[in-house]
Amino acid sequence: MDVLAPLVVIALLGLVVLLVSAPLRGGRAEAEAQRQDARLADLQAAKDAKYREIREAELDYRTGHLSEADWRLIDRQLRAEAVTILRRIDELAEPDPRPAERGPQAASGRRGG
Amino acid sequence: MAQVGAGCLILALATCVYGIGASLYGAATGRGQWVASGRRSVYALFLLAAAAFAVLEVAFLRSQFEFAIVASHSSTTTPPLYRAAAAWSSQEGSLLLWLFLLGLWSSLALFLTRRRLRDVVPYAQAVLLGFGAFFAALLVFAANPFETAALAPSEGVGLNPLLRYPAMMIHPPMLYSGYTLFAVPFAFAVGALVVRRVDAEWITATRRFGLAAWFFLGVGIILGARWSYAELGWGGYWAWDPVENASLLPWLTGTAFIHSVMIQEKRGMLKVWNASLVLTTGILAVLGTFLVRSGILDSIHAFGASTLGVPFVTLIALMIVGSLYLVVSRRDALRTEHRVDSLLSREAAFLGNNVVLVGLAFVVFWGTFFPLISEAVTGQKAAVGPPWFDRYTVPLALVLVLLTGIGPVIAWRRATWANARRAFALPAAAGVVTLIALLALGVGASVTSLIMVTLCAFAIAVALQELWRGTAARRAMSGEPAPLALVSLVRRNRRRYGGYLVHVGVAVLFIGVAASSAFQHAQDTRLQVGQSTRVGPYDVRYVRATSGIDVRAGDVERIRFGTVLEVTMDGRHVTTLGPDRSYYPSQAILAFGPVGRYFEGEATSDVGLKAGPLRDIWTAVQPDTSRLQPLIDKGDRLLERTASRLTPRQRSILLAQILGGLVSRYAQDPPPAQFRFLASPLVSWIWAGGLLVFAGGLIALWPAADAARRRARAGYAARVARELGRA
Repeated sequence: MDVLAPLVVIALLGLVVLLVSAPLRGGRAEAEAQRQDARLADLQAAKDAKYREIREAELDYRTGHLSEADWRLIDRQLRAEAVTILRRIDELAEPDPRPAERGPQAASGRRGG
Repeated sequence: MAQVGAGCLILALATCVYGIGASLYGAATGRGQWVASGRRSVYALFLLAAAAFAVLEVAFLRSQFEFAIVASHSSTTTPPLYRAAAAWSSQEGSLLLWLFLLGLWSSLALFLTRRRLRDVVPYAQAVLLGFGAFFAALLVFAANPFETAALAPSEGVGLNPLLRYPAMMIHPPMLYSGYTLFAVPFAFAVGALVVRRVDAEWITATRRFGLAAWFFLGVGIILGARWSYAELGWGGYWAWDPVENASLLPWLTGTAFIHSVMIQEKRGMLKVWNASLVLTTGILAVLGTFLVRSGILDSIHAFGASTLGVPFVTLIALMIVGSLYLVVSRRDALRTEHRVDSLLSREAAFLGNNVVLVGLAFVVFWGTFFPLISEAVTGQKAAVGPPWFDRYTVPLALVLVLLTGIGPVIAWRRATWANARRAFALPAAAGVVTLIALLALGVGASVTSLIMVTLCAFAIAVALQELWRGTAARRAMSGEPAPLALVSLVRRNRRRYGGYLVHVGVAVLFIGVAASSAFQHAQDTRLQVGQSTRVGPYDVRYVRATSGIDVRAGDVERIRFGTVLEVTMDGRHVTTLGPDRSYYPSQAILAFGPVGRYFEGEATSDVGLKAGPLRDIWTAVQPDTSRLQPLIDKGDRLLERTASRLTPRQRSILLAQILGGLVSRYAQDPPPAQFRFLASPLVSWIWAGGLLVFAGGLIALWPAADAARRRARAGYAARVARELGRA
């Protein structure tokens, strides 16, 4: 047990270092950021496409190609899909570390604090 | 395993120090990855404190007496559940519990706010980690729970018998959860003040933690009151004891805070007040921890003196100076956006409620610290007793109950006559009817109680009226049947209706306090078997004496002397009560002898209690054991003479036989016993009111997943429409 205890403490130390330093490990973070950018771009494209579909459905209704009941049904469906995409975009948005993009209150906070 | 526990604490301290640096560096340079690393330090603190706590719990459960605190706070005869709770009966264990709970709640708060308040969070992290560093340093350098003895004793001292009560197993974790949860709004308030972001967002982000702190602290206080009533043998539930008061102080200011933040959220008012309140509450929470463990004030609840006075006083002084500096230096940012338009408005009612609550806190603070104040001024320690507290707290409590009724229904900004009539006509009528009914029943002896019950009836009627009107409105909108409409109404407005239930609970609790204080019948008397006494409307007869010994793991754990009492009213049998008193052995065998030590150690009362919705009959007994002294001396001499000839096992058997003979003699020829009898009306209402308060608190706390999803969905739908409209 005497030998085991220091080993357990060293293992815990390693675990803590891994946990705490994860955001600072540049390479991994950068790769993750790139992956995230790509996913974000995909979702933005999907959002634009969905918005286009919504507008087209409305145009179809206004021009008599769709009944009001059908249009409302389709419009509701498409807007729900757009909401899902927006939600996924927001979920991907990580805290941005760059000071330039922080709010004005934060800047004044730095001055005050 | 002790080394693992100690290692975890050292790592926890190092993690806190690193986390403070990373958070502040991240805040100063705007590098989010350092702030994220600081946040993960809090998670690591939680994991390390949890690991250390687990090591300690295992040591207690396995009775590893090589751990000094296990040997001094547990024993093999301590039941396993109490062994688990014994960990926090020690100073070292309770500080470790503090650190563990701080890590838990801080991690939860920072996880939930990881995408919000990005400018405030780094400073809040630093403050929370500062608390963590303080407690970890105490555990590493001053109160190490993992100290071991080179030679482990074969048996431990055991858990203080007074603490062997179910409620006491969860009472300390509840109080400490309350104290540590209050650290969260405190830390976010500091962060908000540092960056001058004093809008309501930090309040919204931490409101639930303030409410949870209030909830847990309240549960702890009620459990402590119940323990006092059922276990301490004096028959009361509240004695204005310093340790009781220490938990009440942050609860009072916390109650004021969870009310006044509503004014800031709705009207942008009371920013200085809210910031000051939450900072004060955080300071009082640390003060509460200090008082429980320090022993600087005499208390029936303080289990041991401490040498941690200097570090705690330093921390508290630092918190006071820092808080004052932040509030004063940010006074321009804390300027109110609106003013109170009228004294007849909800804002004014809430402000009045706050003033009363803070006034109560001040009275409790002054009375609690009066011994120290008087010693500092006059050189002599003088304490103030319950009558002093009652003189000031009772009038304040009356005003508080009145405002509890007025606050929820009076109009914002300015009340009109029509609004007031609509809001208060029925509740005022309920109050008047209650008053007339009480006078008709002849309950007019105590004017204060009469006013209190009347005001409580008014406050309860206000809450019920609001529930009724809300349900009716919901039915009109949705066409749901009444029960479903009521459920929907509460589910969709948890905070509001949870709060109303809390108000009902507080009113019920105050009715119980008023009635049981004013109309209690008490009798202290000495009775011989066969004699009777009268307590209020009851006749109590001492039928016979009882006695026994409890053996655990081959040793006599305690001896019991009790009584059987028959309670009658007008000749009718009401109940049979069996109060007894248990005697646990002192560890000073040499001083008192192997038999004598059972009469010189801790003793606990098992009260005889017949609880009812309208009246409690309560009794405790103090047996006279002086007549047994010749037999005790004889037993000690016998064991001394035979000591060299008997094995330890044979000695234990002989001791059990001697003690068995003693208790049999007591039951056969009992001396007169001293009794305390109480017949108290409506004590059950106090516990029922407490349950209602906590049910209301739970409703208010419960995450409204549906509502949150609905709001988020509505927000996204609006965004889709907006973006489509722009294109």
